[in-house]
Amino acid sequence: MSALVNVPESAAPGEIVDIKVLLQHPMETGFRTGPDGKLVPRNIIHSLRCLYLGEEVFAAELFPAVTANPFFAFTLVAEMTGQVEILWVDDSEEEHRETRTLTVG
Amino acid sequence: MSRAALLVFALAMPAVAQDRVTGFEQMSEDLQAMQNDPVANPGLFWLLDGETLWSEDPGTGAESCEGCHGDASDSMAAVAASYPAWDEESSRPVDLAGRINLCRTRHQDTGPFERESAELLSLSAYVTHQSKGMPITPDDDPRLARWRERGEALFSTRMGQLNLSCAQCHDTLAGGHLGSALIPEAHPTGYPQYRLEWETMGSLARRFDNCFFGVRAEPFGAGSEAYLSLELFLKSRAAGLLMESPAIRP
Repeated sequence: MSALVNVPESAAPGEIVDIKVLLQHPMETGFRTGPDGKLVPRNIIHSLRCLYLGEEVFAAELFPAVTANPFFAFTLVAEMTGQVEILWVDDSEEEHRETRTLTVG
Repeated sequence: MSRAALLVFALAMPAVAQDRVTGFEQMSEDLQAMQNDPVANPGLFWLLDGETLWSEDPGTGAESCEGCHGDASDSMAAVAASYPAWDEESSRPVDLAGRINLCRTRHQDTGPFERESAELLSLSAYVTHQSKGMPITPDDDPRLARWRERGEALFSTRMGQLNLSCAQCHDTLAGGHLGSALIPEAHPTGYPQYRLEWETMGSLARRFDNCFFGVRAEPFGAGSEAYLSLELFLKSRAAGLLMESPAIRP
């Protein structure tokens, strides 16, 4: 499973920057049957968070109707140079993390 | 100019001059933007995997793809745009996925990837990506002509319980709707491609399977002679159209 996280490398102080995240995930709903006729267990990303300078700036709760390989786009206000962390959890309950540095100034 | 001369002139017009519309042009602006945005296009995952596989050691002591072919952006440029091509050793045409598998068995001393496996789709997508924006240029090997003719015949053969031919929808009714879905002209400009309906990457063979299933006919299967013939015909029908990669379709 991989992720494409797009954070601008640099921004001016106070600038509104776009953050785009594309995650590779089957987002299996738990309602479908496999070739053996049995239900395929649910496996979706159920939450995604974005931390900037250690503070939560975006959070999303996801449900089975969300497509496979979901795409997120949101904005944040660049204040100072620091880490933008994307954290997401799927039904394996393991937290995945991608970090990018946003340089402000 | 006499009427007869005009007719001759009209017949001599190359197929390229006809107005053809690709599936990309028929998509909504949002989907076109999704395909063109290098961050939002989910097909990128397969490209990246393909790039990794290209240089991955097959583990049999043989060379990786890169070991023989070098930089794919040089050696594989325009290759996908000309496939299917003739294979001397088996004296029949092969599609790109088939060629990758032949390379694996003949030169890498390993087994073929399963059709529609993530690995084969990724490698095919990566090789196809090296032809992005290049015109489809069908291989002019004369031995392929007979296969193309067979493909053309298949294209207009009524099949299945619904008794429909490819041509009835994709020539005569192209641009119309089947339920809510737009009927495209069936130009294979971007396979393997990411279909939102599939929620994954899929090959042209999978698309054929879908169509055969739709008219309640028995699909011939990936790599079959029928599919190779159809692909050869469709590629010559789409000659000159530009390759897309990674393509998105609804």
